[in-house]
Amino acid sequence: MSMLKVTDLQVYYGVIQALKGISFEVNEGEVIALIGANGAGKTTILHTVTGLINQKAGKIEFEGKDISHTPAYKIVAEGMAHVPEGRRVFAELSVYDNLMMGAYTRKDKKEIAETLAMVYKRFPRLEERKKQMAGTLSGGEQQMLAMGRALMSKPKIILMDEPSMGLSPIFVNEIFDIIKAVSASGTTVLLVEQNAKKALSIADRAYVLETGKIILEGDAKVLMNDERVKKAYLGE
Amino acid sequence: MQFISYLINGISLGSVYAIIALGYTMVYGIAKMLNFAHGDIIMVGSYVVYIAVSSLGLNPILSVVISAIVCLVLGVVIEKVAYKPLRHASKLAVLITAIGVSYFLQNVALLIFGANTKSFTSVVPAVSLKLGSLTITAETIVTIAACVIIMICLTLFINKTKAGHAMQAVSEDQDAAQLMGINVNATISLTFAIGSALAAVAGVLLCSAYPSLTPYTGAMPGIKAFVAAVFGGIGSIPGALIGGILLGVIEILSKAYISSQLSDAIVFGVLIVVLVVKPTGILGKVIQEKV
Repeated sequence: MSMLKVTDLQVYYGVIQALKGISFEVNEGEVIALIGANGAGKTTILHTVTGLINQKAGKIEFEGKDISHTPAYKIVAEGMAHVPEGRRVFAELSVYDNLMMGAYTRKDKKEIAETLAMVYKRFPRLEERKKQMAGTLSGGEQQMLAMGRALMSKPKIILMDEPSMGLSPIFVNEIFDIIKAVSASGTTVLLVEQNAKKALSIADRAYVLETGKIILEGDAKVLMNDERVKKAYLGE
Repeated sequence: MQFISYLINGISLGSVYAIIALGYTMVYGIAKMLNFAHGDIIMVGSYVVYIAVSSLGLNPILSVVISAIVCLVLGVVIEKVAYKPLRHASKLAVLITAIGVSYFLQNVALLIFGANTKSFTSVVPAVSLKLGSLTITAETIVTIAACVIIMICLTLFINKTKAGHAMQAVSEDQDAAQLMGINVNATISLTFAIGSALAAVAGVLLCSAYPSLTPYTGAMPGIKAFVAAVFGGIGSIPGALIGGILLGVIEILSKAYISSQLSDAIVFGVLIVVLVVKPTGILGKVIQEKV
């Protein structure tokens, strides 16, 4: 059974239709990539899934439960974490407080402490800077903080929006290594990326978007060798 | 000695402005709106105490507690009924609604209590402290002490509690806050609740020092507290304190040494100068417009 199932999603910004009937599935344990050019609707999909934007039509199911109309603030407790585009860390809170915001809906202090230790192990740099204001971190560190903050909710699935955007090549590699590690530890990943090459290299399956529609889907390795994908997104 | 006495009076008046300014600044920080009805909550709070003490003969402290609860509920109801439906409307629509709510409260008070000035019985015992030639009234001491206590409690609440952190998160980024599981509407309600309860306290302190109560009592202190909030940097809690105290001191000193008719003009003149020199206020942050 699929973990996340989106059926015929339609979203409008005013009169402009941003998503023209999007359907896709994410199975437990998979890494799924959504690739496509700027403005194709990738971010809109993630925002609609987590309830930050309301759809006009379509259905979103998570673990068999209809979450189409669940308000955004109730999504994280369902086991879905969203790392938004541009990190969106709380600049005036400390690194530690940012991480604790990630565990906002969790009650058990002991379990939270365990997750925090796990996050610090994965991102040693965050532990070094735990007292620092998040706004003073570099872009790459902020991305790590945004990911660590999402992991603090102990999600079943993590939605990542352009995690490599604006980062130096070294950080890009590091971030993708971390995504692989997160996946290996049993968390399902839905990844939105403009860096199609990188995204396809770690994904199991992928969907290619163009102006609000899915135009291609399939095994990531197969898509990587698809002539159309190569030409349009891999710059070959 | 005279100067110190003026200064203390200024700090006392400024403490009241600071407590009111907190309501403006917190609501602005969280909901990004200017609640121009905030001043009139002060007036409602004062009438509640007036009725409780003068008509019902209740204990003054109990009356203040009742007043704070009434205002808290009123603030939350106003937000739910008048502002929440406009969450995604233009800022101008919200601003006009807030002014509408302000007139509504004033006119309801006019309907119920009439336009006659009610003489407010101070809730603070009429004793005073004499230090040489300096006389400090109990009202002054209570007002300054109340301001200090409120500031300490609020700062601890914002920085040390989960709900306080949620408020900071909502004030920085509503979407990201929702993704953490924070209910933005509940956080905004909480902000209105705190701000309005503080307005009730401010109203009582103000009317104890200047004991005349009309339906328009809240208007001028409300505007001045708004000025104080902008002066200190709107959205900043320490800014509200600094802005409020400075404003109170400037007002009293200009009344004492320049002209009591011109004091308000001087207060607003100072605001204009501050806004020209530092548009974000003393502790204000530069707001970065996101694309």
